[in-house]
Amino acid sequence: MTSLPSPDPQSPTVPAARGRSLTKVFGEGDTRVVALDDVDVDFARGRFTAIMGPSGSGKSTLMHCMAGLDSVTSGHAYIGDTELSSLGDKELTTLRRDHVGFVFQSFNLLPTLTALENITLPMDIAGRRPDREWLDLVVDTVGLRPRLAHRPSELSGGQQQRVACARALASRPDIVFADEPTGNLDSRSGADVLGFLGRSVREMGQTIVMVTHDPTAAGYADHVLFLADGRIVDEMPDPTADRVLERMRAFDHETTQTAAAGETAGAR
Amino acid sequence: MWRTTYRSLMAHKLRLAMSGLAIVLGVAFVVGTLIFTDTLSRTFNDLFRSTAADVNVSRAAAFDQGLDGSAPGPASYVPATLVDEIAAVDGVAAVEGSVQAEGVYVLDAGGEVVDTGGAPGLGVSWDTEESLSPTTLVEGRAATGPGEVMIDTNTAEETGHRVGDTITVLTPGPRIEAELVGTFRFGDEGGLAGATLTAFDTATAQELLTAPGQFTGIAVAAADGVDADELADRVAAAVGSDYEVRTATEQADEFAADFSEALQFINVFLLVFAGIALFVGTFIILNTFSMLVAQRTRELALLRALGASRAQVTRSVLAEALVMGVVGSVLGLAAGYGVAAGLRALFGSFGLTLDGSLVLATDTVLWGFAIGVLVTLVAAYVPARRAARTPPVAAMRDDVVSEQRGLRRRTVVGTVLAVVGVLALVGGTLAEDGGTGASLVGLGALALILGATALSPVLARPFLRSVGAVLPRLYGTTGRLAQENAVRNPRRTAATASALMIGLALVSAFSVIGASTNKSIDALIAGSVRAEFVVSSAVGAPFSPDVETQLADVDGVDAVMPMRWGQAQLDGETTFLTAVDPAGLDRSIELTFASGSADDLGGGLVVDEATAESRGWAVGDPVEVLTIDGRQLDLVVSGVFEANQVVGSTVVSLDTLTDTGAPALDRYLYVDLADGVAAADVRPALEDVLSAYPVVDLKDRTEFQDEQKGQIDQLLLLINAMLVLSVVIAALGIVNTLAMSVIERTREVGLLRAVGLSRSQLRRMIRLEAVVISLYGAVLGIVLGTLFGVALSRSLADQGISELAVPAPRMLVFLLVAAVIGVLAAVFPARRAARLKVLDAIARA
Repeated sequence: MTSLPSPDPQSPTVPAARGRSLTKVFGEGDTRVVALDDVDVDFARGRFTAIMGPSGSGKSTLMHCMAGLDSVTSGHAYIGDTELSSLGDKELTTLRRDHVGFVFQSFNLLPTLTALENITLPMDIAGRRPDREWLDLVVDTVGLRPRLAHRPSELSGGQQQRVACARALASRPDIVFADEPTGNLDSRSGADVLGFLGRSVREMGQTIVMVTHDPTAAGYADHVLFLADGRIVDEMPDPTADRVLERMRAFDHETTQTAAAGETAGAR
Repeated sequence: MWRTTYRSLMAHKLRLAMSGLAIVLGVAFVVGTLIFTDTLSRTFNDLFRSTAADVNVSRAAAFDQGLDGSAPGPASYVPATLVDEIAAVDGVAAVEGSVQAEGVYVLDAGGEVVDTGGAPGLGVSWDTEESLSPTTLVEGRAATGPGEVMIDTNTAEETGHRVGDTITVLTPGPRIEAELVGTFRFGDEGGLAGATLTAFDTATAQELLTAPGQFTGIAVAAADGVDADELADRVAAAVGSDYEVRTATEQADEFAADFSEALQFINVFLLVFAGIALFVGTFIILNTFSMLVAQRTRELALLRALGASRAQVTRSVLAEALVMGVVGSVLGLAAGYGVAAGLRALFGSFGLTLDGSLVLATDTVLWGFAIGVLVTLVAAYVPARRAARTPPVAAMRDDVVSEQRGLRRRTVVGTVLAVVGVLALVGGTLAEDGGTGASLVGLGALALILGATALSPVLARPFLRSVGAVLPRLYGTTGRLAQENAVRNPRRTAATASALMIGLALVSAFSVIGASTNKSIDALIAGSVRAEFVVSSAVGAPFSPDVETQLADVDGVDAVMPMRWGQAQLDGETTFLTAVDPAGLDRSIELTFASGSADDLGGGLVVDEATAESRGWAVGDPVEVLTIDGRQLDLVVSGVFEANQVVGSTVVSLDTLTDTGAPALDRYLYVDLADGVAAADVRPALEDVLSAYPVVDLKDRTEFQDEQKGQIDQLLLLINAMLVLSVVIAALGIVNTLAMSVIERTREVGLLRAVGLSRSQLRRMIRLEAVVISLYGAVLGIVLGTLFGVALSRSLADQGISELAVPAPRMLVFLLVAAVIGVLAAVFPARRAARLKVLDAIARA
């Protein structure tokens, strides 16, 4: 197992989130699939981490388990000091509301609410007033001020994703999970969104974990984890799109080899 | 294509089940009604068939009285001499005169009268000739003289009397004590539909019920080999044209015909509610299919893109509807059987006992299917057409947005209908004639309901924006989300609310009419009864004049005026008559005369204004009266009075009524006290007299008023109980709509849960949406219903609904009930939404 990155010197205490021996198994018998296989992982505070891997590598499952959206079969996931498997639905909901931000690939916004209402939704649900100054900062960073009163249907796809990012950040969560946030966007809108996520880490000190299969997207991160067959197989600090692409190519090769090996083994 | 239809049905089982339920309920009600009325007529037909002798002779009636005027008076008597004449006819094996009359009641050990639920308490003579008797001795022996009676087994069971007991019997004449010497069964099954039978020997029966030597009918048995029709002809030739001679078949058919006329009313009454239920159900089916189609836009577009024609898409959707209609009808038939059983139990509790199994006619099955399938197809047609119009390109679109078409056509059509409706309502209120007015109001109501249905999506937005605005204030974000969800698809919200709107419009309309009628009764009775006390039947049947004579003897009573009812043909039209004592009228009842007076009532008649107008009568006009036994009397219209609830529309003197051959039985007694006598002082003495006659009750003016109102309230209760069905269906519609919205918004639900909406907040959001939608329906319904009620009350002003009352507290209760319905309707969809796994919901494409 590769050694994990040591905690950021600026946040000397615990990482924003960490997983220990995370195992997730779907199905039973013939349909049994091990999506996560004894994964240990730390997400340092103030860092932008990308999780990469081919389809079926378990990257989305890892994110879901870390974010409290899904339960693990065994092992422990922590947000800060809170162990998720000990929480009931009510506590998990509150945890997500107050400590976690989400950006999904699509359908991030409620069509009935305006952009601003969507941004403040988690705080509205909690019955808390948003921190005005912070909200202004987020809105301005996202660059959506003139569009705040619009409904999602009146925004472009890129704008919608930026609203989603703003929502994820508006309540100053401990950690933001983004699941293929640029998956549905053209490259220019995607670049906007990724640029904004990067700035929020560097300028506002946020912690972001992003699942993606796009090397270009991963190039915006501080750190990349590579997943294959439910395990973390590699990592790359200070990635660039080219290096990530290269690594992924090697990956395809490995996978093919493994598969071939598996077949041979089966034949034997 | 058929496979896709099948798959689609299977994929949406739950939703289909919900809209299927609407069909099931509608069909169940129609089928239940038909089964019940069929059973009712079968029971009565059996009764008549089993009771009639081969040939029956009775006094010829000059006109058909239907079932109402069956109480025989002297005009229906048949002299004993006729029995001998008939006995001499060739082919007669046996002949016996019999007596049958109403107003005979058996008291139980506690001195209380057996409740017949409005069915008559009959007194009969015991037939000695077994072949002619519809009755069979069960226990004891036949009555042989005064002081001996027999009762039917049902009555014996209810009263607890046994053979050998001394029992008390009320007759149209005196109250008698007699020994119970035997019990008997009537017909084959003993079913009397609630009526009680008391039998005396012939002489005693004549003494008590008719007059010595007078029968009410003669039963004839044919000798072996003699055809009943032929015998009837021979007997008819012997007795002459004053008498009617009928074979058993003819008599049974005649009874059955009379009866089915009476039955028609129950039938229509019940079917109206079934119709309303189906109408409301149609909305739900329409709604369901609209949503199914909207949700499947992409799927349908894909089919189109792959080369399915428009017709194929339409057929595919209609085929789903067809399957649903058939399945719903089958279940509805089964449930209808249950409804019929329920109705039988309900009527049984009123005393109308129906024996034997329920009748399921082929017609009923056919109607059930025709209605169930047809309604479903009609309701699914519009969505099916819309489905076919899905452009193939919709398959390529990423997000499925329910098509939001303009509301312009609806606005125009709705406004036109609403205007027409309002004009008709106003016209109905102003119409001269109550009948025309009421039908105009009915048409107006229909137009307004359709108009409101068309307009309701247009009105939904402002309503939900304004009234719904309290939600965010009260419930924060949850309230805001609920409000937005309700406004999101105004068509759907409106269609859902419309079902509730119709139910509540009807309930509200009836409430207004009921309240207005009650208020009118207060005003009318307060203004028109002068007597301190009113005596009336406790069982809805006429009673002995002995009560009057005994009450008149009580100290402090100045006069007792009896009121009787009868029938005669006036100028060729069968008319219901009220008879009063001209001398006592003014003291008992206040009549305001528009022209003429009651002074010449002895040889004339007085009518209310509506009758005078419709018959074209004025004071001084002669009126030809044809009595039931074919005699002609001449009366003169001597007065025209303003509508009066207490006396009815056509009033004659007691003597005139007796002349028409009506029995001397009282319906009401108006007890007028002497001046200076306190009502409370006399009451105990009056009660004392009446304790011997448990069939009658003593009421002071207030109690009399309450009794009259009680009848209205009871009727209202019955109507509202029926309308509850439509409200239940409407509630199902809300459940359905919400359940589907939840499914449609699965990803939204997932997102909300992901960003921190708790399960209870989610449930509340859906609950609030349901409450807002049902309140919208309720407000529309109550407003419309109040309009209808007011208009109808006004148009019936000359029919006695002189006052207008809008029961505001009751309307508020309806609003509350609507809110509760919303909460209840949301239980299931809310639970379903809360149970969604966050991840599954988000991941759902």
